Amino acid sequence: MEKKYYKSIEEYIPKNGSSEIKKLIRDKKEDESVLTSPSNRRDFLKLFGFAIASAAVATSCEQPVRKAIPYLVKPDSITPGKANYYASTYFDGNDYCSILVKVRDGRPIKIEGNTLSSVTKGGTSARVQASVLNLYDTARYRTPMVSGKESGWETVDSEVISKLQTIKEKDGAIVLLTPTVISPSTLAVIEEFKKTYPTTKHIQYDAISMNAIPLANKKTFGKEVVPSYHFDKAKLVVSFGADFLGSWLMPVEFTKQYAAGRKLDEGQKEMSQHIQLEAGMSLTGSNADKRILLKNSQQKITLANLYNKLAKAEGAQQINTPASPVDVGGLAQRLLKAKGKSLVVCGANDQESQTLVNGINYLLGNYGTTIDLYTPLNLKKGNDAEMAILINQLNNGEVSGLILCGVNPVYDYYDGKNFLSGIKNTELSVSIADLKNETAEECTFLCPGHHYLEAWNDSEIKPGYYSLSQPAIRSIFNTRAVQENLLNWAGNKTDYLSFIKAQWEKNIYPASGFAGSFYEFWNKSLHDGVFEKPKTVNSTVTFNGNSIASIQVADLDANQVEVELYENVAIGDGRNANNPWLQELPDPVSKVTWDNYISMSASLAGEKGLMEGSLVKIDNTLTLPVLIQPGQEHKTISIALGYGRAKAGKVAEGVGANGYLLSHFNGETLEFNKTGVQLDMAEGEYEFAMTQTHHSMEGRAIIRETSLAEYLENPASGNEMHKKIEEHHISLYKEREFKGHHWGMAVDLNSCIGCNACVVACSAENNVPIVGKEQVKLAREMHWIRIDRYYSGDTENPEVVRQPVMCQHCDNAPCENVCPVGATTNSKEGVNQMAYNRCIGTRYCNNNCPYKVRRFNFMDYTKADAIPANTYDPAGMTVDLKRMVLNPDVVVRAKGVIEKCSLCIQRIQEKKLDAKLENRMLKDGEIKPACAQACPADAIVFGDLNDENSKISKFFKDERNYHLLEELHTLPSVGYLTKVRNKEA
Amino acid sequence: MYVSPLREPLIKGKKDYATVTREITKPMAGKPGKYWYLGITLAIIAALSGGIATFLTIWYGIGTWGLNKTIGWGWGITNFVWWVGIGHAGTFISAILLLFRQKWRTSINRSAEAMTLMAIACAGFFPLIHMGRLLLGFFIFPYPNTRDVWVNFNSPLLWDVFAITTYFLVSLLFWYVGLIPDIGTIRDRATKKVKKFIYGLLSFGWTGSARHWSRHESLSLILAGLAAPLVLSVHSIVSMDFATSVIPGWHTTIFPPYFVAGAIFSGFAMVLTLLIVARKAMNLEDYITVGHIESMNKIIIATGSIVGVAYLTELFVAWYSGVEYEQYAFLNRATGPYWWAYWIMMTCNVITPQLFWFRKLRRNLVFTFIVSIFINIGMWFERFVIVVTSLHRDYLPSSWSMYSPSIVEIGLFVGTLGVFFTLFLIFIRVFPVIAISEIKSVLKSSGEKEKTTK
Repeated sequence: MEKKYYKSIEEYIPKNGSSEIKKLIRDKKEDESVLTSPSNRRDFLKLFGFAIASAAVATSCEQPVRKAIPYLVKPDSITPGKANYYASTYFDGNDYCSILVKVRDGRPIKIEGNTLSSVTKGGTSARVQASVLNLYDTARYRTPMVSGKESGWETVDSEVISKLQTIKEKDGAIVLLTPTVISPSTLAVIEEFKKTYPTTKHIQYDAISMNAIPLANKKTFGKEVVPSYHFDKAKLVVSFGADFLGSWLMPVEFTKQYAAGRKLDEGQKEMSQHIQLEAGMSLTGSNADKRILLKNSQQKITLANLYNKLAKAEGAQQINTPASPVDVGGLAQRLLKAKGKSLVVCGANDQESQTLVNGINYLLGNYGTTIDLYTPLNLKKGNDAEMAILINQLNNGEVSGLILCGVNPVYDYYDGKNFLSGIKNTELSVSIADLKNETAEECTFLCPGHHYLEAWNDSEIKPGYYSLSQPAIRSIFNTRAVQENLLNWAGNKTDYLSFIKAQWEKNIYPASGFAGSFYEFWNKSLHDGVFEKPKTVNSTVTFNGNSIASIQVADLDANQVEVELYENVAIGDGRNANNPWLQELPDPVSKVTWDNYISMSASLAGEKGLMEGSLVKIDNTLTLPVLIQPGQEHKTISIALGYGRAKAGKVAEGVGANGYLLSHFNGETLEFNKTGVQLDMAEGEYEFAMTQTHHSMEGRAIIRETSLAEYLENPASGNEMHKKIEEHHISLYKEREFKGHHWGMAVDLNSCIGCNACVVACSAENNVPIVGKEQVKLAREMHWIRIDRYYSGDTENPEVVRQPVMCQHCDNAPCENVCPVGATTNSKEGVNQMAYNRCIGTRYCNNNCPYKVRRFNFMDYTKADAIPANTYDPAGMTVDLKRMVLNPDVVVRAKGVIEKCSLCIQRIQEKKLDAKLENRMLKDGEIKPACAQACPADAIVFGDLNDENSKISKFFKDERNYHLLEELHTLPSVGYLTKVRNKEA
Repeated sequence: MYVSPLREPLIKGKKDYATVTREITKPMAGKPGKYWYLGITLAIIAALSGGIATFLTIWYGIGTWGLNKTIGWGWGITNFVWWVGIGHAGTFISAILLLFRQKWRTSINRSAEAMTLMAIACAGFFPLIHMGRLLLGFFIFPYPNTRDVWVNFNSPLLWDVFAITTYFLVSLLFWYVGLIPDIGTIRDRATKKVKKFIYGLLSFGWTGSARHWSRHESLSLILAGLAAPLVLSVHSIVSMDFATSVIPGWHTTIFPPYFVAGAIFSGFAMVLTLLIVARKAMNLEDYITVGHIESMNKIIIATGSIVGVAYLTELFVAWYSGVEYEQYAFLNRATGPYWWAYWIMMTCNVITPQLFWFRKLRRNLVFTFIVSIFINIGMWFERFVIVVTSLHRDYLPSSWSMYSPSIVEIGLFVGTLGVFFTLFLIFIRVFPVIAISEIKSVLKSSGEKEKTTK
């Protein structure tokens, strides 16, 4: 018989059961008596206690209202807690990058590189990484406005259309001013618009113009294009002031190529040589094997002399030129030796200089090998002359309608004042902009545009290299795409997505050779983000020799002080100035955050009686503090563009001064160099917010380097001490063994160029707080990964070395044993972990970390603290809108706790679980921490040290590998590969 | 017992037991003078400023201090070590000198022990307030919990927790046990009912019976036996906060003895600072004689010389070790941006105490007072030099930075000084500053009267 479990005593006791048990059961009558009897003392106390307790709970612990609304019908593609990735494209008129957008719970939170693109090959830059934060910028325009008053799209549409019609009827000129457009569909939209309004003129305007390159190519080759460059194919790269790793044209693509040409980790025996001739110390110059100081104003003379040397050797016609300020004989010889495998580039926006560069490259036979004129970059189509004419026309009242799409000339044109007065002269001024800016504020009609992550678009960076942008989120505000505005005003009611599809179906699909239907073709392209079908190229170029012969090179007074205006890595041309991630990003060279400044050589500062922090007024136009920059050309001062925004939002306003005011138009192109500037001392002193204030390595073996020749002789050169130290690693304690995984990371110092993409990627991935200028001055920045930069050698023109430093995840970590509460421990897989909840903030771990990678939350930077009204948030990062960018997989740390690099433990865990679900082993390279993913130079490798065949194990076995401060026996899980310079013997 | 006539009497003036009681309890009777009021007002204002600083620190976070990514400890830990060190004199006097049967300790042990307690209270405040999350500070206690977390017994900070709490408890017990007979005396002399009642409670029913005395004596000895090793262990453990780390300038095996000597050194200096003023203000010159001052000055020479040797040893070992980081750390101390702190330390701690080799100087009260202030300052700078100059430039030059205290940190230090002096001023009003019963025990053997009649 089945065993029977009784449910209650009543059930168990038989009806005629013993009376004793029955007694135990309270009978009904008794119950009633209890219920009806007046309450006794016990009950009173019970009730009293309950009442007090519940009242205390109810009144003292106010429960915050949290809205979490579940899906009524769950979309197929969304699994809570799992991120989705959508391929898209970043292009803001200046930078191009093919990307993947990480979307968690409907919100884009991170940008990653798209490895399917053969142009950017999965690389990203700091600006691309930071762009996701602009989506949640509080300075975005939220609704259409007419004359500064909030309005609706219907009103705006009807008013704009009626004005356009009136202008059209009286044949008035309409100007459509855009940045460089690389989207074929957008160009088609503009054509449509032009069809409806035939008096429309489309002008492209680049704030930081490179107009000289297409002009020079037109002159020499009859092709008004910016060519593609192949730094990977060049054995010798000579750059005249072109910051191709930091800001020149396509830094992400060039960095990939450059790093590929200089890797030595897989038995390569060759690496390219890089010579930089420049005035201010640029990111690129600081990576050069040889850096020669040269004023920007003397570039042309130097190029002409170099041309003559090469022409002499090649038997071509020479030109008249004064003598070169630097010796170019050796350079010419070296270039001739690397004929066809060299590359000369120049950063000047001066047509004649660029023509000479074309001549040099032509003589060296670089066209068709390292320079490709037939697959040009569709960048920098801005026409400076047209812009100058436009300003005249505007002020003469010759333009009736002005439509501005994503441009901000009131701020970033040297003659912004006249542009502003010109806007006032028009009958119709429309600005389509997503972020608050100086120009949009002045237009009658303000049409808020989508952020690129909300919009459809396509682009064609090079002929045949297409990529698509798709919305990763529904538009947050009442915004509309630029193209939809134009289509709408042109009377075409199709939405932009249908328009793009139609364009692709008509133009791209037929020529694609794709086997399936258009539907399949579209889906695949959208999935991949890119569609590439390089057009067959004609590789012969015809050179117009007359273009060179006509160049006049005049001698210059070398004693004048000149100013060089440059684009820095973080802020660029200034359109992203309101992005706190970029503002707090230390400059790769000076390590200054939240500012632009006058970079000055120590010798010039001494001559003028200036010190670091002295305020100087330049040409009575702008006042900036002086920063003494080693490696700065004696008589040149450098100023970063993009700062000094007047109307851009809380973060950007009041930071630095506007350098564009010092640029000028030379009748052909915009020049970002000015000779004969006047420097006047101004009152006051200034303190910089720098993340590194000591610049010497003090002779310590922190960054180990060697030269290529020595390396070829002995792969361990520069790193001899590693073996010695390893031999001396004797401990009383048994070394820890790691069963399963043992995570490790390695950084190839030869590949790292210090571009800072990893720093922003890490901040985005790990919710690293922004602390603001004042806290950075106090040395309290929170970055989990930093790039140390040291100078060595000649103080006038020092060599620069860099080293990314993150938590070294020591197997014998000094931080772990000193924590009194065990808040930081070593995991079974060798990761040094922080339990934020356990941390009480003694900061002992921070003191005892030899690498100083631990960061303490000195203030309530994140609004995660329990104490009210003590948030310290200078950049507005804790508002609900901006908090949408937070990564839900990573805890937001409160005031008073230590934090640091976790090797992106959330990413490790995610991939481990994926592998487990799929019942397979983890693949090497599957897990990529945010820094490694973002790196355009592939300098960071992550993997399992227990896996013999993993890339990381190979790196660790490489004779170039060493550990930072390895003599301390901290046993770091992070390794560094020595830096190898290709110096001449 | 025979006492050499050459030996200076410990109690001057021809006193009998009644005089002793009357004279020592005199400052407690009647209304305090205007200087006492002035003193306590200033002390309370200072303490309140510390209260404001404490509030700001807890509310806005450690960000109100001058610390940064490189320098995690500044004035806070400097003050902690300084205050702990000061406390050591009291324990040394009452425990070690008791065990060595030094009779001269009886005049100073009470106030020195009181000072110890107050100094430990001030010291204990700093490890608490310097925590980023003070409200979760209870995590440092190994209490059973359901979260399966446990403290880290490898951490010197945890050792500190035990060392400091033990030290405070033993010192408190020792001090209080010594007070009991005197509280009985005060109770018996009290005229007001309330006062009599309170002191009656505090005296635990002391009657002065032979059995009470016997128990009192044996408990005192046991506590002295317990406290004596604490003199050595507490500051050794505090020194391990630094010595067990990897930071050059901290990672030094000489630290435990060096810290203990320094602690006694600084403690005696503070005792001198307080007593030179107190003996004058409270008319206790007969009890705390120049001879007492001289004895303490002798201990100062001894410990000061140990400290001096330790400083030089550190420099030698840095050179001898051949470790570039170690060498740089000490070079940087002496010649780096904080050179002034190092040289203040050297001057105050090594040079000035050596002047006490001159008998005239060590018996000069004004001079002794000035030197004691010098030592107080010098020993504070010693801790500042150790904490800050070691941290601000350690291994990677990229992270080197500078530190200066914020107004909040200064407020906290001033606040503890305020608390210290407030407590001390209250102490001299409610308890006898000199152990009456112990003085009586040496009156016959070492008092002036006995000797002259011999």
